[in-house]
Amino acid sequence: MADSKISVRNLKKNFGSLEVLKDISLEVTEGEVVVLIGPSGSGKSTLLRCLNQLETVTSGQIIIDGHDVTDKHTDINKVRENIGMVFQHFNLFNHLNVLKNMTLAPVHLKTLSKEAAKDKAMQLLNRVGLADKAEAYPSQLSGGQKQRVAIARALEMNPDIMLFDEPTSALDPEMVGEVLAVMKELAQEGMTMVVVTHEIGFAREVASRVIFMEGGYIIEDGTPDEVIDHPKEARTIDFLSKVL
Amino acid sequence: MVMIIQRYGTMLIGALGQTLLLTLLSLVFAMVIGMIFGLMNVGHNRLLNFIGTVYVDAVRGVPLIVLAYFIYFGVPAGIQSLGFANFRLDALKAGTIALSMNCGAYMAEIIRAGIQSVDRGQMEAGRSLGMSYGASMWLIVIPQAIRTMIPSIINQFIITLKDTSILSVIGFPELTNVGKTIMGNTFKNLQAWAIVGIMYMVVIVTLSKVSKKIERRINRGR
Repeated sequence: MADSKISVRNLKKNFGSLEVLKDISLEVTEGEVVVLIGPSGSGKSTLLRCLNQLETVTSGQIIIDGHDVTDKHTDINKVRENIGMVFQHFNLFNHLNVLKNMTLAPVHLKTLSKEAAKDKAMQLLNRVGLADKAEAYPSQLSGGQKQRVAIARALEMNPDIMLFDEPTSALDPEMVGEVLAVMKELAQEGMTMVVVTHEIGFAREVASRVIFMEGGYIIEDGTPDEVIDHPKEARTIDFLSKVL
Repeated sequence: MVMIIQRYGTMLIGALGQTLLLTLLSLVFAMVIGMIFGLMNVGHNRLLNFIGTVYVDAVRGVPLIVLAYFIYFGVPAGIQSLGFANFRLDALKAGTIALSMNCGAYMAEIIRAGIQSVDRGQMEAGRSLGMSYGASMWLIVIPQAIRTMIPSIINQFIITLKDTSILSVIGFPELTNVGKTIMGNTFKNLQAWAIVGIMYMVVIVTLSKVSKKIERRINRGR
């Protein structure tokens, strides 16, 4: 497939003797917003972390933009520049202010000059509504603000894929909305996104595809209407009845 | 007491200088050694882990006085027996090597613990942006680790400063050694050792006070 951004083939991942991903195959095309749902321990975060190789795979193949990231000869750092990642616990660099958090990687990797990186960071901060926090340190921000900075930091590298690992799970309820709003805007602009989340409402509204995982397998894969509103598999129905 | 200070004052000050020189040299080398072996123990390369662990265990498993004898007497004897009959190590060199190795092993542990105290997510965030392991370590993890390491490092500085006294056994003219000389010349045991003790104490208490200040400043910046 020519427009396939992410292609996962027969992916298996073990942690010691524990099989977390058993046989995952998956295609994501450009501009798709794929939401992964499922009970904890189903392997959705592990799958996401395999995509940018924060976890190595046990077997199988992952092709991102035509690069086989499971191949040892691939320059994984180069591929990662094009894959933004947003973490559950934000992982902002605590010793740097917001602006430095955003400009550290592009300036170090020379993808942008110092001035260009700063300009771009200010634009992005404007976009996520935090331009006044450029000089603030992470410890001075609320959870929602931290996560919006983390999204902006990832966008600063100009990625064409964004991965979100439970981006709202560590937030106070009143801050979930502001982060989801930024993600929704990104989706509408055509960013290719893979999102692990428990926000079923977000999945229904923003996802172009919803994938339900359990026990290391993909159980159901389809539009939000198919998977969330008219699930076929008993396990999907059972899970949704607990979270909806 | 006054007589000792009058007669041996310059000698004592000189000896204190030698003590501080030895401490400073050892600390610089120990930082380098500690950084190298500490980083070896943090990574996931089994061979490097093994080398790092062996070094730390070996050096920590030997009393400093034995290490000093080994380097000052043992190593030159070994090298001489290989045909280099003129090989010598002076007391400053041998002392610096022994103290650097010793302090370096403890420093490696401090650096390892400091780095491991930084949340794993910091490294992952750096890597996910396309930065290499080394760059993420150097620009993201280590600056944060240093904050937690500084109190232990200063504590280790103080221990090393006191440990220089052990090197009087290989004849290095540091403070304790000069104390022995004064005692031998004057037979004024009480006064001689009181003066030497006070001199150590003044330097170390000053160091502790400075370290407290630095610690407070770091915590304020957090």
